[in-house]
Amino acid sequence: MTAPVISLDGVRKTYATGSLSVEALRGIDIRIDPGEYVAIVGPSGSGKSTLMHILGCLDVPTAGTYALAGRDVSDLAETDLARIRNEEIGFVFQQFNLLPDLTALRNVALPLVYAGVAGHDREQRARRALERVGLADRAAHRPGELSGGQQQRVAVARALVTEPSMILADEPTGNLDSVSSADVLALFRELHDAGRTIVLITHEHEVAAQADRIITILDGQVEALDRRSAS
Amino acid sequence: MNWLETLRTASDAVRAHRLRSRLTMLGIVIGISSVVLTVGLGQGAQNKVRDQIDALGSNLLIVSPGSSTGSGGVRGGFGSASTLTLDDAAAIADEKVAPDVARVAATTSTTTSLTVDTTNWTTRIVGTTPTWQRVRARTLESGRFFTQAEVNSAANVVVLGPDTASELFGRGDPVGRTVTANGTSLTVVGVLAESGASSDDASEDDVAVVPVTTGQRMSGATSNAVSTVYVEATSAGSLSAAYQEVQAALLTAHGVSAADADFSIATQDALLETANSTNRTMTILLGGLAAISLLVGGIGVMNIMLVSVTERIREIGLRKALGATPSAIRRQFLLEASLLGLAGGVIGALIGVAGARVLPSLIDQPVSVSVPAITAALGVALGIGVGFGVYPASRAARLTPIDALRSE
Ligand SMILES: Nc1ncnc2c1ncn2[C@@H]1O[C@H](COP(=O)(O)OP(=O)(O)OP(=O)(O)O)[C@@H](O)[C@H]1O
Ligand SMILES: [Mg+2]
Repeated sequence: MTAPVISLDGVRKTYATGSLSVEALRGIDIRIDPGEYVAIVGPSGSGKSTLMHILGCLDVPTAGTYALAGRDVSDLAETDLARIRNEEIGFVFQQFNLLPDLTALRNVALPLVYAGVAGHDREQRARRALERVGLADRAAHRPGELSGGQQQRVAVARALVTEPSMILADEPTGNLDSVSSADVLALFRELHDAGRTIVLITHEHEVAAQADRIITILDGQVEALDRRSAS
Repeated sequence: MNWLETLRTASDAVRAHRLRSRLTMLGIVIGISSVVLTVGLGQGAQNKVRDQIDALGSNLLIVSPGSSTGSGGVRGGFGSASTLTLDDAAAIADEKVAPDVARVAATTSTTTSLTVDTTNWTTRIVGTTPTWQRVRARTLESGRFFTQAEVNSAANVVVLGPDTASELFGRGDPVGRTVTANGTSLTVVGVLAESGASSDDASEDDVAVVPVTTGQRMSGATSNAVSTVYVEATSAGSLSAAYQEVQAALLTAHGVSAADADFSIATQDALLETANSTNRTMTILLGGLAAISLLVGGIGVMNIMLVSVTERIREIGLRKALGATPSAIRRQFLLEASLLGLAGGVIGALIGVAGARVLPSLIDQPVSVSVPAITAALGVALGIGVGFGVYPASRAARLTPIDALRSE
């Protein structure tokens, strides 16, 4: 039994918009071990994205604690969080979030820029990451010149270029057809086999079925822990 | 994230929004080019005045009739210009009275028409003594200056300025030929070389110099009055001693106290200072206008940078999600603003330099653009970019990654 890489205890998130306040998360307890492949499912508005933003240190809980690799992130300064996002986490978003003015290669290299990797090394590593997602021949293309599936594969390359220990994906297949979805899911499977922790958010059950464990969120609370292959 | 990479990111952003970047720069371009031009105009005007005053000679005191009052006005001046005479000049020239005075040249000045055959030319006739040539540091292009003997005998001789000579005689050599002024025939004995004052001010080169006695006879003057007495001190160091001596000698000769002085003495420095203070006021005024346009340009940069931050809020969020620290984001936007400022500055300086080339032929004013002025202008442009970029940049840096990512 290894120490969990992700450990949430009574995590709450309340959005206050004017006089209205929305409780997006109401006390979440989750533990994820290193190397696990977890799918988080739940209906729209249940709080999946909110949860992922907290997991990715993009947002902070209103209450409760989040420990990443044993460290309580609420103690960390913005600069430390930036370093964690850079080194430990790779994000894949539903909307791809590629910078339209940069080539695929430079998009993939972007996290390395913030990691302080020198130019030549950076380019080589970005090229290797593109090769891994099968897009070596599209390195010089801008996102606008790529299909949705290709764009998402570029985004996956960007997520894995820093060799993070954890990949967080929020509906990565939400905008893709079934063929492209299969491509992306195959990549995740590969990364999982290589030992990465993967947290995949989706509302498609076929997609969730790829994971070793499914966590269902309903109304900001964990509904069911389905431990299938994980122990 | 190193500076080079940040610079690349910033320049990419500037180039990605070409039209917007250009419009943003426009304010800076206009501001910097007008600063370069106004400073150049002021500098040019100062240089011109300095040339003119330097061309008078060196270590000079200029004594004029009439006293200058405290407020800069002139008392008992032009109309009764009889307070300064040849006798005064002779008194100053006395070594015992004024040991620090090297030479004295009294001058009378009238404007007359000179005639050669059918050619007419109106110019200034200066009546003086042979010392004038040394005092005014003039050399001769041809012929000779007139002598003391010719002054004593009121000989009908004239030395022409180079411009006057060419107006009257064209390219031929005037020496030995005759010009007629007020019915008097004068023999040209010499032609002055150019004075060296800036070329567009020809007054020192358009002149006819005659013995002072000849000048008096021609104008029918009954007194010994002169219009200016040029006094050359023995050296730059003795200028103020010479000033005191000349003042004392003239006060004694006129039997008045310093408060009632009916003459005034100016140094070249004083003349320069007077002229420059006028120029400086103009330069400050125009420079102030240019500075205001720079300020407006700077606000334009800030405005566009704020728009840019809002527009690229998702990009900022993404960069933060990928590991950009707040300071990396701040640097990126600050550098982008600096780049806009500097690029605007470079274009503005180029336009300013081009304007400095073209303008003198249009408005007949010299414009001198110096390297330090250009460097300062570029520094100011960069400073404006940085200064007005600080606020938008720190706004971008402060955005929380999730708010930035979530915005549509
Ligand atoms: N910035 C915000 N301000 C206010 N309320 C918010 C904000 N973000 C999310 N919410 C609310 O929190 C709840 C959870 O939102 P979240 O985006 O996490 O849902 P989701 O499970 O990802 O849904 P979907 O499947 O549609 O993406 C929703 O009710 C949403 O309206
Ligand atoms: Mg969502």
